[in-house]
Amino acid sequence: MFHSETGVFKTSYAADMALLPLPVARWAVLGIALFFLFVVPLVFSAYLLTLVNLVLIAVVGAIGLDILTGYTGQISIGHGGFMSVGAYTAANLIVRLGVPFWLAIPAGGLMAALIGIIVGIPSLRIKGIYLAIATLASQFIIAWTINHVTWISGGIEASIQVPPPSVFGWKLQTPEQLYFFLLFFAVLAIVATLNLMRSRIGRAFIAIRDQDIAAEIIGINIFRYKLYAFAISSFYAGVTGVLYTYYLGIANYEQFGIDVSINYLAMIIIGGLGSVLGAVFGAAFITILPEATRLFLTHFGGVLFSQDTIRTLVPNLTLILFGGLIIFFLIVEPEGLNRLWRNIRNYFRLWPFSY
Amino acid sequence: MLDLPWRFIAILLANGLLVGSMYALVALGFVLIYKATDAINFAQGEFVMFAGFLAAGATHLAGFPWWISALLAVLGMVVFAFGLERVVLRPLLGRPIIAVIMATLGLGFVLRGVATLAFGGGTQTIPLPVGDEPVLLGPLILPPIQLVGAGVSLAFLCGFGWFFLKSRIGVAMRAVADSQQVAMAMGINVRRYFALAWALAGVVSALGGVLWGAMLGVDNQLALVGLKVFPVMILGGLDSILGAVVGGLIVGVVESLSAGFLDPLVGGGTKDFIPYLLMIAVLMVRPEGIFGRRRIERV
Repeated sequence: MFHSETGVFKTSYAADMALLPLPVARWAVLGIALFFLFVVPLVFSAYLLTLVNLVLIAVVGAIGLDILTGYTGQISIGHGGFMSVGAYTAANLIVRLGVPFWLAIPAGGLMAALIGIIVGIPSLRIKGIYLAIATLASQFIIAWTINHVTWISGGIEASIQVPPPSVFGWKLQTPEQLYFFLLFFAVLAIVATLNLMRSRIGRAFIAIRDQDIAAEIIGINIFRYKLYAFAISSFYAGVTGVLYTYYLGIANYEQFGIDVSINYLAMIIIGGLGSVLGAVFGAAFITILPEATRLFLTHFGGVLFSQDTIRTLVPNLTLILFGGLIIFFLIVEPEGLNRLWRNIRNYFRLWPFSY
Repeated sequence: MLDLPWRFIAILLANGLLVGSMYALVALGFVLIYKATDAINFAQGEFVMFAGFLAAGATHLAGFPWWISALLAVLGMVVFAFGLERVVLRPLLGRPIIAVIMATLGLGFVLRGVATLAFGGGTQTIPLPVGDEPVLLGPLILPPIQLVGAGVSLAFLCGFGWFFLKSRIGVAMRAVADSQQVAMAMGINVRRYFALAWALAGVVSALGGVLWGAMLGVDNQLALVGLKVFPVMILGGLDSILGAVVGGLIVGVVESLSAGFLDPLVGGGTKDFIPYLLMIAVLMVRPEGIFGRRRIERV
């Protein structure tokens, strides 16, 4: 059970590729599962659960973006656009046809994947900064289209009210009810991505990121795999959009602006590019940061500032912290929170007799 | 002869050209940095906004006349850009492109927060000594601030063109842009020219901030000018000053025409996205832009 190792003793490929290579990891995963299944819903207040729900939604989106940017090396500043595609597709299906959630969520994802493929087509010819700008452009074009085509946006203020999802006749409305719903999708995204990345497709993604020309020479069809990456990534983004729409009870394109795209990029940068765990850390960090700043200042800021100052201080200080942390992590710890976690873990892995 | 509203078109064209030359000025800051350092400044719009705030702040808080405020904005931006290059950009040399993109995006957030905290959230004015009376030029009605803006922009674009073609420093900067290693071998201090490129971009942003700020008013929205820079750059070519000018004029005219003719048809807002459509078309056909240099990649 809890024993330390003295080296790497893997004798088969299966052992090398196992999702949970150490016995300790199995216990840890079990512990985390028990924590999220029982402790969180029973102990956390409604306010905390709302925050956890937002983190769970962000986890899906951040992992999706990480597949494209972290694993395949294609920068996208347009993920907010893909999310809005998913959100509006699902909202229209739900409101017009009364589609249940288990159809609406994949439908939103598939539509976003389709748009993602279209946006990804230029990636054959352009890369790096050009691709970043092209995806930025797609964000504007998608937002404009949704806002101006009333058939999609539902007319007034481009927002569509959506009824809560119902599972076996249960309406999921309170944070507690939504929590399990969202937890399911977050866990699904984590496990699916971990498995995807040890498959042929995942390894092709990584080869393209590391050196695309060399990847082409060893027989990877770059164009096809880049489009796969765009499709899978924007599928996740679309699902995120649907989940967020369910969470808010309304689909609105203003919830998926350029700031959201940048937020998700910040999540995977701060979490650590090219790692699922990093995306989870980053999603939690970036989602909690504004709330933490607000709570800290409203509770302790009174010593230095008046309440009026604090009200203007909070949003601006959040911006400064947010931007500053991105720069800080880029310069000081480019591999992000995931690297910090691995350093800690490796230290204790052989503790107390490290060699 | 087609029965088109010629006077309307002429006004739209003139307007587009004037605004376009001001876009070119903002884009110039972007080109300078990309040319010399291969870095992409996604915070160009925030640079412009911050410079606008500096100028407006100097006028309103300290009560300086407009030309001292403008000078202060230029100086402030030069110092800021120098520091930025040293603290943020230099450690990121040689890192993947997403690092620089994210660093400048993060910088944009910081600048927005700092500007609002330091100068307040309201819209401020930069009182340039330019009248409000529209200038009548034949059939055209032109706002004077746009004329001044376009004039200053074109003067500076010509100035920078001369600087890069003829002056010793400009030639050295082109050498650095061409190949950093060869430039180093020829005894050029590459790092110094990186810093210089950022400082020049600071100057250009300050000018852009004063002109755009005088035209639109200074607040957080001013940073949105930076978003217009991307179509301009891609059209003209990321590493060409002439490209910035031509791209700026094209985007200005296209925007103005689409606002005049398409907006009534589809209900507004085409101005914000037609340039991007045009840009995507260019990316598909000729990614390096009109005047850009094609890059050949080797393993």
